[in-house]
Amino acid sequence: MRKFTQLNSVVMPLDRANVDTDAIIPKQFLKSINRAGFGPNAFDEWRYLDHGEPGMDNSQRPLNMDFVLNQPRFQGAQILLARENFGCGSSREHAPWALEDYGFRVIIAPSFADIFFNNCFKNGLLPIRLDAEKVDTLFKSIAAQDDFKLTVDLENQRIALPDGTVYAFEVDAFRKHCLLNGLDDIGLTLQHVAEIQAFEAKRHAAQPWLVA
Amino acid sequence: MNAQTLYDKLWNAHVVRQDADGTALIYIDRHLVHEVTSPQAFEGLKLAGRKLWRVASIMAVADHNVPTTGREQGIADPIARLQVETLDKNCADFGVNEFKMSDVRQGIVHVVGPEQGATLPGMTVVCGDSHTSTHGAFAALAHGIGTSEVEHVMATQCLVAKKSKAMLVKVKGTLGKGVTAKDVALAIIGKIGTAGGTGFAIEFAGSAIRGLSMEGRMTLCNMAIEGGARAGLVAVDDNTVNYLKGLPYAPKADVWDQAVAYWHTLHSDAGAVFEAVVELDAAEIKPQVTWGTSPEMVVAVDGCVPNPADMTDPVKREGAERALRYMGLEANTPITEIQIDKVFIGSCTNSRIEDLRAAAVVAQGKTVASNVKLALVVPGSGLVKAQAEAEGLDKIFIAAGFEWRDAGCSMCLAMNDDRLNPGERCASTSNRNFEGRQGQGGRTHLVSPAMAAAAAIAGHFVDISKL
Ligand code: SF4
Repeated sequence: MRKFTQLNSVVMPLDRANVDTDAIIPKQFLKSINRAGFGPNAFDEWRYLDHGEPGMDNSQRPLNMDFVLNQPRFQGAQILLARENFGCGSSREHAPWALEDYGFRVIIAPSFADIFFNNCFKNGLLPIRLDAEKVDTLFKSIAAQDDFKLTVDLENQRIALPDGTVYAFEVDAFRKHCLLNGLDDIGLTLQHVAEIQAFEAKRHAAQPWLVA
Repeated sequence: MNAQTLYDKLWNAHVVRQDADGTALIYIDRHLVHEVTSPQAFEGLKLAGRKLWRVASIMAVADHNVPTTGREQGIADPIARLQVETLDKNCADFGVNEFKMSDVRQGIVHVVGPEQGATLPGMTVVCGDSHTSTHGAFAALAHGIGTSEVEHVMATQCLVAKKSKAMLVKVKGTLGKGVTAKDVALAIIGKIGTAGGTGFAIEFAGSAIRGLSMEGRMTLCNMAIEGGARAGLVAVDDNTVNYLKGLPYAPKADVWDQAVAYWHTLHSDAGAVFEAVVELDAAEIKPQVTWGTSPEMVVAVDGCVPNPADMTDPVKREGAERALRYMGLEANTPITEIQIDKVFIGSCTNSRIEDLRAAAVVAQGKTVASNVKLALVVPGSGLVKAQAEAEGLDKIFIAAGFEWRDAGCSMCLAMNDDRLNPGERCASTSNRNFEGRQGQGGRTHLVSPAMAAAAAIAGHFVDISKL
């Protein structure tokens, strides 16, 4: 997994609540058996005017210039800002894969769906929960200031605004540790092999029908 | 000992180890696998040279991409075919038990697991699919996981998790005529919102829930995720035990009694404390129809499309305006005046035998309305299909003008050829009405099977409680 420590970036304002994972990456792209390459199809139905299918040359497709992802000002943004319940719906990890492949590293919203939130940390993405009022302030600041950028610092759990305001954010200690160091869970869990084996043996002895 | 919730009991029984900050390793008993979210996990294992921790815990089936007609000819779409073949190959390489497309047991993973007795009370059940919450109907701690977690469970038989909070949703009284588990689920989501259950495991209780069949409880728990909760739960009772008896993967004679004795402990203790409690009165729940692009955008069938102008919260108002634009609906339109183009009866929410029976009762001796271009019935599994055919339900549907298909996810998410065209409006028994879910530009209204069948016959929504 890619490490995340800190970044300073333009912020993409996606002013919607309940952005679901079907919207982040539509189902036709889920037929892929790979992990990479979903970025050009992130938000496909909102981003292009035609219907996208796997294997198309996306650079030739007509863009929906009203959609924020296509606006020149926000090109290269590594931070995505959205409203509540971001990432709801399907558990598809293709959604964080697509966001990461597009170039996002941080997503800020008042709330996230549980599975999506979890999936982000497995892919080097940092989802940050911020009060609805602060999120609203950020949307307004982006609208008001052309060169608005944020600095996100995971180590110190801080977001710095251009005017010097600092927002603190919460992050689970274990997930922070994994993200800062680019650690994958499986290797860490396998340090506990003996404990898992002992647990399993006891469980199967007590509930033998589970082994059948 | 302190009174425990059902969720406490299930959680505590599976903690392998726990760190001071609450991060735990949870042991997983059953892992269900399908073609869409597993290829990258199997590949990860292969690349790292890792083995499956416990092969026997895995059951695999292809469901999302499979065609529902002409299956003998294989899958026409080469990309979908490769994905299904990849599952076949991975299962063969790793020795995983898989129900192939030609197997009568093939079907939607959340229908197949319980039907086989692979989901048992007291288990932890995971699958790379959010509707794994379905299995909580058996008092199993069941939730959806991402592909990285699929790989993690394959390699370690564990999941890294933190305990959720517990919510009790109590539905008292008796459901009225024509009101089903689907309507209860939608009414609950309408009340708590699609994020209302975020961070919670929801236990459904109360006399109306006790009165539901196992099929109905699965429908309810299936939709827990649409209320934001990763897991839904219903305590064990005689319904649960009777359903499981004799199923292929259920405990056999020698350990059956031992298992049943344990299962009967799987309920919340009197006095157990929940972090949140929501109560509904069953008598007040009417058949539900969604009008927007989120399951919380729902009203009773005798109601009207709401007017965004009446909404005070600006984010909600904006969402409602956008939804009405997308849905091509005017504020204040009576729901029963909304005409439909297609009907879909199926999905892991509503494709079990009881659902098909309820739809067939409505369709019997009637004809699908002329404005309805396509009315699909897609059984949840090959076994459900066979059972329905043994009862003659297929003949009722076909005589009425419905199409009778093979098992799979089908138009629930339109990964195969079953889909809506732009602008088409569908009465659907599935679980998500998101933009584009059933086909780009398609408009989905979520309803129960009987409501969907009635809409197919009338060509618009009708209040089945008044039929
Ligand atoms: S039927 Fe629909 S919701 Fe259920 S598993 Fe299939 S695609 Fe997902």
